[in-house]
Formats: sequence, C-alpha cells, structure tokens
Amino acid sequence: MPHSRNIALTVNGERYEREVEVRLMLADFLRHHLGLTGTHLGCEHGVCGACTILLDGRSARSCLLLAVQCDGHDVMTVEGIAPSADALHPLQEAFRDHHGLQCGFCTPGMLTTLIEFLRENPDPTEEEVRIAISGNLCRCTGYQGIVAAALDAAKRMQAAPA
Amino acid sequence: MSATGIGASVRRKEDQRFITGKGHYTDDISRPGQAHAYFVRSPHAHATVRGIDTAAASAKPGVLAILTGAQLAADKIGNLICGWMIHSKDGSPMNMAPHPALAAGKVNHAGDAVAVVIAETLAQARDASEAVKVDYQVLPAVVDPAKAQAKGAPQIHEGAPNNTIYQWEIGDSAAAEAVFKSAKHVATVDLINNRLVPNALEPRAALAEYDDGADSLTLWNTSQNPHVARLVISAFVGMAPEHKLRVIAPDVGGGFGSKIFIYPEEVVCLWAARKVGRPVKWTADRSEAFLTDCHGRDHVTHAELALDDNGRITGMRVKTIANLGAYMSTFSSAVPTYLYATLLSGQYEIPMIHCAVDAVYTNTVPVDAYRGAGRPEATFVVERLIEVAARQLGLDPAELRRRNFVKTFPYQTVVASLYDAGDYNASMKKAMDIHDVKGFGKRRRVSARSGKLRGLGYSTYIEACGVAPSAVVGSLGAGVGLWESAEVRVNPAGTVEVLTGCHAHGQGHETTFAQLVSERLGIPIEQVSVVHGDTDKVQFGMGTYGSRSGAVGMSAIAKALDKVEAKAKKIAAHLLEAAEADIVFQDGKFTVAGTDKSLAFGEVALGAYVAHKFPTGEIEPGLKEGAFYDPTNFTFPAGCHICEIEIDQDTGRTEIVAWTAVDDFGVVINPMIVEGQVHGGIAQGVGQALLEGAVYDADGQLVSGSFMDYAMPHAENFPSIKVDTTVTKCPSNPLGIKGCGEAGAIAAPAAVINAITDAVGHENVTMPATAQVVWAAVRKAKAVRAAA
Repeated sequence: MPHSRNIALTVNGERYEREVEVRLMLADFLRHHLGLTGTHLGCEHGVCGACTILLDGRSARSCLLLAVQCDGHDVMTVEGIAPSADALHPLQEAFRDHHGLQCGFCTPGMLTTLIEFLRENPDPTEEEVRIAISGNLCRCTGYQGIVAAALDAAKRMQAAPA
Repeated sequence: MSATGIGASVRRKEDQRFITGKGHYTDDISRPGQAHAYFVRSPHAHATVRGIDTAAASAKPGVLAILTGAQLAADKIGNLICGWMIHSKDGSPMNMAPHPALAAGKVNHAGDAVAVVIAETLAQARDASEAVKVDYQVLPAVVDPAKAQAKGAPQIHEGAPNNTIYQWEIGDSAAAEAVFKSAKHVATVDLINNRLVPNALEPRAALAEYDDGADSLTLWNTSQNPHVARLVISAFVGMAPEHKLRVIAPDVGGGFGSKIFIYPEEVVCLWAARKVGRPVKWTADRSEAFLTDCHGRDHVTHAELALDDNGRITGMRVKTIANLGAYMSTFSSAVPTYLYATLLSGQYEIPMIHCAVDAVYTNTVPVDAYRGAGRPEATFVVERLIEVAARQLGLDPAELRRRNFVKTFPYQTVVASLYDAGDYNASMKKAMDIHDVKGFGKRRRVSARSGKLRGLGYSTYIEACGVAPSAVVGSLGAGVGLWESAEVRVNPAGTVEVLTGCHAHGQGHETTFAQLVSERLGIPIEQVSVVHGDTDKVQFGMGTYGSRSGAVGMSAIAKALDKVEAKAKKIAAHLLEAAEADIVFQDGKFTVAGTDKSLAFGEVALGAYVAHKFPTGEIEPGLKEGAFYDPTNFTFPAGCHICEIEIDQDTGRTEIVAWTAVDDFGVVINPMIVEGQVHGGIAQGVGQALLEGAVYDADGQLVSGSFMDYAMPHAENFPSIKVDTTVTKCPSNPLGIKGCGEAGAIAAPAAVINAITDAVGHENVTMPATAQVVWAAVRKAKAVRAAA
C-alpha cells in the first residue's frame, strides 16, 4: 500500500489535519480532499499556471507540490482572496471591469500570481505585467483584458491600501 | 440605449463565480460512490493488437473492472460517426471507416485507447493500467498528408484505398484551365496550413452515472453541444434512448471547437458506469489532451491567382490535401469543403474559381473544426495570393485589394456563398487610418537604423458564420439542421429565465442574452437568468460553434420574446379593461395609449399566472413561450487586420509591434465582450503564425506533446491591440448580428505572414514562423539579392 502521513496546514485561514498518501499532489488535496475546486489543473507539468496558489505568501504551482510538503505551512487559494463573503478584492473587481476572463479556467492562477506581483511591484508598467503573467496561459482573452485589469488594480490598491 | 440593453458594455453576470473560485466545471463535480477511469492507450501510431492480458492488472488494489474493445463490441456499443456526408466528384460517398470507442484489433494513432481501467481511486486505476499487457504488432505509419496517397503508403483502413476519404471539388476545372491559359499574370503559392492543438485550458472530462431504478444515464461532460452529444450517443452509439440519457455540460473551460465532437471517453464512461454500477469519472491530463483532442487545420495547398494588366483578378485555382487523421471526427468532413472552399472568393469579385480537395487518413489524432474551421485556411490562401500578386505586379497590396473588392450587395460568389451585406473598403480605410499606415515608411527607416527589418501585412478576411440555414446544410450533406431553439419563462413575480440550446464556454451568453431580454422587456438585467447546457432543462438545441450563438441563438430568443410580448399585451388589455389594439408596451410598461393607465411588466406576469381577470378559454394562463429559429443565410463578418512586425536579423526573432483590427460584425450587443473575442482570436491566430505546430515524427509519435514542446502564446508575445468596428447590419436575421468569435483567428495568420514576407523580401515563410524559419528566410533573401 502507498505510504500515508498525517499533515496539518492552514488553508485560507482555516486549519486542517488530514491523513494523506505521500504521493498526493497539493492540487488534488485542495480539490478533492478539501473540496476547494477553485484551484484548477490545466497541465500537471507546471507550465500553464492555472493551479497557482500562494504558499506562505509566495506563488507556487500546486500541481508540482506534494501535499505532505505543505505540512505546517500556510496556503491561500482563489477562494481566500476576497476580504469577505460579500466583498471582492480590488484585483477581482478589476478583472470583472476589464473583461479579464472569459471561460474562467485560468483565472484562479492569474489572480494568485498577480496578488503576489502587485504586492512586490505596486506601480508596474504594462511590460512588467506582461512578463509577470508570462508563466500563466490563457487561451481565451489574448491577455489584453488581464493586463488592463492588473494595471487598474494597481491603481485601486494604491488609492485604498488594504 | 439602456445601461444594460443592446450595445452596452455590461459587466458579465458569470464573472462573480469565476473570480471567487465558485464555478462548476465537470471535474469539480463528484457523485457518491464515484469510481475513476484511466485509459490504456497505444504507444504506437499503427499496430495490430494481437492480445490484451488484464489478469495481473485486475488483481491490483482497488480495481473494479478492466474493459476492452472486444467487450464493447460484445455489448453492441456502436461506433462514433462523422455526421456530414461528402461525396467525391465521381459521385461516390466518402469512405467513413469504423471508429470504435475502444480499438478493436488495430490501433491507428498514438493515443488510441485499447482498454480502460475502472478503480476506486484515480491513482489505483493508473497503477493498474501499467500492469495491462498489450501485445502489439507494430505496422509502418504515415503521418504526412502529402504522402498518404502515395503508392506503397501504409494502408490504414480497409474501406479507404490509398487512404483517400474523398476527392471533392467545386467549380469547373476546364473553364479555370482556360482562364489561366490566357492570364496576363499568375501568382502562385505553396502553403502548409500547420496542424494545431486547440488546448482549451480545461482538459476534457466526463462523469457518468447510471440510475438502476429509473434505468437512466446521466453524463456530465465538457461539451459545446450537449444535445448533439445525447443524439449521437443515443441514435448512433446506441447507449440508451434519448429520454433515458441526460447530458449536462456545466461550466466549460474553453472549447474553440475541440469540445463540439463526440469522443470515445464519454461513451466508455457511460458504458462502464452501467457495467460497474458506480458513477465513473474521467478527466484528461494534458498529455491525453494532446493525444486525443481533435487537432485543427493541417492542409497542404497549391494555389494560383490569375490577373489582368489592370490588376483585376480573373480566376483562382486551388488544390488542397486535407489531413483528417486516423478517424473521421464528428464534423471533420465539412471543414475542408463547405467551410473552406466556399470562402475562397474572399472579399473579392472573382469570376472563376476551381478548388479540388482530397481528404486523407493518416496515423495521427483526428482533425476537426478548430476556431475558424476551414475559414482560416481559406483566408490564408486568398490573402497570401493577393499579397504575392501585389508584389509581383509592383502594386501597393492595399490598392490591389481595393481594385478587387466586392462593392455591391448582395453578391453571389462563384463558390456558392451569397454575401448579404458589407463595406470592405470602409473597414480597410478605417484600419489604415487608425494604424497610421502613412507613417509606416518612416517607422521602417527608424527600425533599419538599428539593424532591424520592419514589415506591414494586411489581412482583409471574410468568414461565413451563424451556421446555418437547415435546408442549405441538409442539401450539402449535414446530418442535422442548424437552427436554434429558445424558451422564455416569465415567472409570476416578473423575473425571467431564458433557456437556450446554445452553450457558453467563455463567450458570456449569460450576460449578452440577458441584455436582449432586459432591453426587450424593460426589466433589470438582474431579474434575468440564462439557462443552458442541460438536456433535461432545455429543449433540443444545436450548441455553440461557428460564431452562431448571437446570430442564430439570440434570434430564437427574440422570436420567443415577440410571442411573450404578444400574449402579455392580450392579458394587459383585460387587466386594464382596454382594447388590445390600444395597449402600448414600452420601457417595461403596458400602457393604454393616450392615458396614464399602465401596468408594469411584473404586474402583467402575475396577472397571467393568477388568471383571475381574463377568459382562460381564450387565453391560456401563464407566460412562457418557445421558439425555433432557422437562419435564412449564413452571416458574413469581414474586416481588415493590419499587423506590423520587427525582425532581429541576427536571431530571426519576430516581434509584433502593432496590430489594428477593424471588423464588421453587424450589430454589437456588448462591445466589451466582442473586443475580448477579437483579442482572443488574434492571439490564437498569432499562435498559429509564429509559435504553434503539432509535430509528428516519421513513426507517428507526437513530439510536440506537452506545453514544454508545443509553444502556446504568452502575454509577452503581444502588444496592446487596437480594436474598432464598422457596422453594416446583417439583413439575414432579426437582430442584424453577424458573429465575432472566430474573426481574429481567421484574419491573423495571413496578416502576420504578409508582414514578415514584406519585411524579409522573400515569399517562402512557413508557419509557424519561428526564429529559425525567419532567420533562414532573411539569409535566403539576402543571397537572392546578392546574386541578382
């Protein structure tokens, strides 16, 4: 039988303790063990970026991380971005206002990637945004709406810092 | 214009769930007791299967069943079909070879499934699959469409001699021959329209459940057309009658054509769910997506354009070999024929066109419709020919286009299309102004100073969308009608549900369809919800592809709204105690003309359901109307894209520095969404032109089978694109809509390659124009100039 191990971690501010197979990927743990299906799997080889989550605040591919590696760590997924159930993060608002999504499948990874990026670069240029999301594939938008959303979100976040 | 009506950039209703991670894609759905499927796939492109030994695998932990093609056949599960009959020029029907959902005795492409393992967990199914022993006798493979018909080529299907599916033609070859004999000028191109992998970000998935008590099946799958899936799986595969099969296509993460088709995996999951007595889920991983999602394009074409001394086109002839892969997918036969050759007149008056198309089998993944489907291939032929001809004649490419544009409408082309409305010069002129084409010479000189080559390329494309008039497609071989259905359900308190046979997988129908209802009924858009993608909820519909949902699907809704309004007026007349002829409906209010007596839409809706104040023998209670709308013609979106590029001569790297798109989509419902469709289409077209290419080696292995090997467009591949529109209203549907979903992908490849060839000064640049291709072309052009 495959080996299992107990892990304890925080996801979107909530603590979870689970027994998992050591070969279980974090993405599958989030989706199928915790029911957090907002994190999407688009390639399972770390290229498309749809599964990007924040691990201790840093963006990471949940398709390339084992769940057991996250024992004792803090994970944030797309479900944890909004400040409350009835409010959106300025980046989420900007995605809606600039048509930064079509089918919505790449969106969770785009949002998590950009949250980290805008924290480190609160006043980016268009070129910097394009490079920042160059590790995330979107097949629908041609990226233009996403870039516009990120630039506008930067302005919104500067005007009203969290 | 109301803030949420037609023409307003309304923010999308569907976004809230997607930006908060609350969407429901197929793999997000789980059923109690669910088991998992993992497919055993052929590693060989062409092989005889001498035997499958499942004994060791069956003993692995968690395994519930291992099923093979032999069992599928024993259970009389039928083959997958191609639903569009094409006849060869000699009158013989196309050679459609059997396509079982699990290979029976022979595999025909790498990735062809031979067995499926059903286990408690996906990991267990995967583990066990490695213990399934398949005895293959490997056969030689053919992957290149240009070699498939050669003497001695490996024969893939018994019923298709020389691997030929059909030899089709349109136009009179002898008359074309005569035109070319007397032509003053002839421009010639040899083109490869590169094979593409659609790569919707959401991999395909299927979840099947059998209800023993009701003897019925439910399938959740990633489909662009759940009703068509149900029809094929019922009527042809014979899985279950339609009333015992429910197909639900929930949120779908992009399709681009690849999720139109009926695939083996959904058939196998349904069959396995009934056999095992457990819900069965399968989700493709990306490698499987590369090996099983239908690919797009893959044409080899020789084309010629004849012109007179004034630069007027006198004729065109085209010979294309279209690769349809190992099996004929659902709509594959129509793509290189009626969606291709019928657009070869482009935006031009061309008095004589002949096109011959040979469709062939190869040991590759099946090829079917991919964003644009036939029309990008046609546009690439036409727009490359025009560009080459212009340079040959020493004419400005824009001027050559202008001289040949169709100027009066309707215009009957010689390849069956009837262009209903357009103003091609208007869109080109607007694009040239926005792009500052006049300033290009100066920009080119600036680039030259830093050693860079700058080029400008046009693509004045046309497409046939809004598929399609049922009688027309029926006469051309389609197995279905291509109307659309709608139902408008007004609830007693005045909220509205719109049920549509279209399916949204990124297009924003929940918003645009609601905009139409909001405008027509004068109610807030929040009171409208759009229901789609469930065969138990929505009456039969044809789904979404071919940029049809606006032109056809919304026209059906408009028709149903007409009926709702007509009935509501009758009811309002009774409620207001006035004559029906005196009732005016405006801004959501029924008013007795010339009085201040009025009722809000919601009040009339309530009146319809309580049914206290009108004779129910004359007027039925309730307020719900359905409609089927069959379009009268295809729609013909057209426009002009201008691409400007810069080439680093030392590395061959091409950078797109500017892009202008001016499209005529007819009436635009939501400009924000339309602009997004254009951006996305251009990105896919640029991907085809510069980056993407499915590459097979001679043994039939897909060597570009992951995102590490297949270059997808990234954000830094693009400048900010300028998008604008011109509008000629489409006379062929009540809303004047033409469709916008495919335009970018159709226009873009020719614009890019025309820009590169302009910069390089050499016409032979193949797609994808990678740095290596362009670097070689630059060297070749220099050598030619040096020798001259």
